[in-house]
Amino acid sequence: MLKTTPFHERTAALCASHSWRRWAGYVAASSYELSHEREYHSIRSSAALFDISPLYKYRLRGPDAARLLDRVTTRDVSRTQVGQVLYTGWCDGAGKLLDDGTVARLGEEHFRMTSADPNLRWLQDNATGLEVEIEDISESVGALSLQGPSAKAILQQLGELPPLKYFRLAETRLRGIPVSISRTGYTGDLGYEIWVSREKSLELWDALMDAGLGYGITPAGMLALDVARIEAGLMLLDVDYVSARKALIESQTSSPYELDLGWTVDLKKPAFIGREALAAEATREPQWRFVGIEVDWDSLEQLHAEAGLATRVPPVPWRTSVPLYAAGEQVGYATSGGWSPLLKKYIALAHLRAQWAAPGTALEMEVTVEHRRRRAAARAVKKPFFDPERKRK
Amino acid sequence: MRRAVTRYDAVVIGGGHNGLVCAAYLARAGRKVLVLERRERVGGAAMTEEVFPGFRFSVFSYVVSLLRPEIIRDLELPRHGLHILPLESTLTPLENGDYLAQWNDHDQNRRELARHSLRDAEAYDEFGRVLHHMARAIKPMLAMAPPDPTSLHPGELASLLQLRRYFKDLGAERFHALHKLLTMSVADYLDEWFETEALKATKSASGIIGTLLGPRSPGTAYVLLHHYMGELDGVFRAWGFAKGGNGSVSAAIAAAASAHGAEIRTSTAVSNVLIKNGKARGVVLESGEEIEGEVVVSGADPRRTFLSLVGEKHLPSELVESIRRFRFRGSSAKVNLALGELPNFTCLPGRGPHLRGAVSISPSVEYLERAYDDAKYGEISRRPYMDIVIPSMIDPSMAPPGKHVMSIFVQYAPYHLNGGWTDAKREALGDAVVDTLSQYAPNLKGAILHRQVVTPADIERIVGLSEGNIFQGELTLQQMFFLRPAPAWSKYRTPVAGLFQCGSGTHPGGGVMGASGRNAAFAILGAGA
Repeated sequence: MLKTTPFHERTAALCASHSWRRWAGYVAASSYELSHEREYHSIRSSAALFDISPLYKYRLRGPDAARLLDRVTTRDVSRTQVGQVLYTGWCDGAGKLLDDGTVARLGEEHFRMTSADPNLRWLQDNATGLEVEIEDISESVGALSLQGPSAKAILQQLGELPPLKYFRLAETRLRGIPVSISRTGYTGDLGYEIWVSREKSLELWDALMDAGLGYGITPAGMLALDVARIEAGLMLLDVDYVSARKALIESQTSSPYELDLGWTVDLKKPAFIGREALAAEATREPQWRFVGIEVDWDSLEQLHAEAGLATRVPPVPWRTSVPLYAAGEQVGYATSGGWSPLLKKYIALAHLRAQWAAPGTALEMEVTVEHRRRRAAARAVKKPFFDPERKRK
Repeated sequence: MRRAVTRYDAVVIGGGHNGLVCAAYLARAGRKVLVLERRERVGGAAMTEEVFPGFRFSVFSYVVSLLRPEIIRDLELPRHGLHILPLESTLTPLENGDYLAQWNDHDQNRRELARHSLRDAEAYDEFGRVLHHMARAIKPMLAMAPPDPTSLHPGELASLLQLRRYFKDLGAERFHALHKLLTMSVADYLDEWFETEALKATKSASGIIGTLLGPRSPGTAYVLLHHYMGELDGVFRAWGFAKGGNGSVSAAIAAAASAHGAEIRTSTAVSNVLIKNGKARGVVLESGEEIEGEVVVSGADPRRTFLSLVGEKHLPSELVESIRRFRFRGSSAKVNLALGELPNFTCLPGRGPHLRGAVSISPSVEYLERAYDDAKYGEISRRPYMDIVIPSMIDPSMAPPGKHVMSIFVQYAPYHLNGGWTDAKREALGDAVVDTLSQYAPNLKGAILHRQVVTPADIERIVGLSEGNIFQGELTLQQMFFLRPAPAWSKYRTPVAGLFQCGSGTHPGGGVMGASGRNAAFAILGAGA
């Protein structure tokens, strides 16, 4: 049996497609409607409501909580302010990424951490000698993500919404329900993530759906989210990179630098796991880069025309490894991709050997046209593909 | 003496699975092969029998554990009728009324482990990954004749260098882990990883099967690796239950051997190997008939092969000494039950998916160690370790519709029992098993239609495994690799020219694996026979 989230009673009733997938041992809707298309557009034009409860969540409390997080993650946690949220990765001793997530400072000695994989043992094992209490709150806390231009207006219907800057959080009440709200998300849009106790979860869902009615609030599934997060250039564990914890061979691992996360590595911190290896790597060019790819429409059209077909693009975002070539050689591989309905572009996220990763570099991406493997012209581009001002304004 | 009529390229003594595998490979290479089986059917300890009308049992070995994928491929066993059905789970009922289940599905398994320990749920994956790497380093050894580390012969050095490369690829950290696996007790090793008693106990059981050792005896950790080697070949689903019972594994191999032209004679017991001028020339049957063979291959265990079929006078005294010291000490028994209804486990009532998997009576390491304590001093475990499957839940053809067969592997039941094995002792063992199991499934006693108890003495008597050891000799480190069955004679050869060994008593040995039979065939073909 898979687990169901605290919102399952509502989401199951809405899931007309009966299209579910697994997420961290939970069932999660791929799309509620028969197609994910309208759900996607709601992210960019009104507001989409996601059930993100399957995220792993940990509460860390105690005088050494910040010290533990500084020891484990690559960012400077001690210097964050109460009410601040950090996006960060964490590495093994060889400086290879284990997982990524957020760290929210709820109080001087109180943090909430989210991750894609379970990390309780990792945190506990690294807390030796520290005064910190680590609690796995994955099951006791429900989480919703409200993303889109109308997200703020909807929340304002439900009570006093404190002014929240990008990557800030506040404890408040929505229609009397105690919640913690952070201005964060996985869509690259204006949006909020709302954390609520398991018991109050359904009540919160109902309040949001009610308040959002006039604003076009739309429950949205993982397919719509996937399109948005690719447009936002956000990577996903197990899809775009392999955790060093699970890698079977060295070449499956990636350092933060190779994943374009150099900005999250704070080498000024005197000590953290993987620092030595990362400091050494920082002095040279990383071998790999994680970049955006744009597939050339004319080339795609040409390949289809040769087969006597009109141009087709993937109807849903894909998550497979697709070879990328330059000068006749394979120089990398894309790991996520799809059609951006907003940008009208075929885009992908890819790992490229550093010398082929500069924006504008001419590449070819493997595409299958009518059972035949072909190569479509493509080029490396800067991420994110879509970055609206409203996201951080 | 009668004159031999036909002359064979190879005469294989014993139609157990390894003898059949060896014969199939030799026949496939174009050799004229004869397999001689004492019993009325082939299979040795891998056989299915209708013990009670309508109820079919894998009387001895009862699951397919590590049957080598290359054998399945080379001999096209699925085409010859092999169908391995998955065993989906392991249920460990606990003494407090709860249970621990291990499921094939990763999410389901994690959820269940997390119910007992969040840490163990996370450690489980990492443990699996470490074992995966160890198993990858060790696995190539299964398919090769074990190199002799003391020899400077170029061939031996080449093999050792090849192994060294696998070990080098491990890196220092994993090499240290491998060292621990080779030296520690299985319980101590698992203590380094997990805190859930039932998880440690159930996993450690694999380290003690077929040995007269307890989970806290040093050296038992290594056997964990054997299990992960099976997982490396997961796509072959070489771990599971053979449709029709384990007899159908033997039947498929026999069919492959026959298809390649091998001859199989059942109800034909061999008295001894015919040796002339220090060379094996064939065999003498108990009937007195002589059969000539260019080579003779024995699938019997080392004691029977050397001390009985060959005879001490043909052997160097060091080898005789080694074989005399080779440890068998059978410690396991089987109880086979015909059931009118399914057992209803108090901890997880009803006919759930857990009944399609194994049930392990291993609530704690201490439970297992106490079971061992009894056996150490020559007694049956009062509360034994059991590994139970209900084959009729997986393959309904094993029992009449609505009825069931239950296969219970029991340890410890020492071969060297105080006072020896008698009918009364056999029934006492059956009672201990049923009484213990009834504590977890109270309806069991009333459901039993028929009970068959197979002691180590029965195993020895019926299938000819010395001291009833299911592996043809304990799978412990001092008698593995280049020491199995004896130094200098670990490569399927013997001091008698033309006589080879192909049983589980040779490297790598153990379980319905077939690797010994296959390696032996290649040794024979390589020797130019």
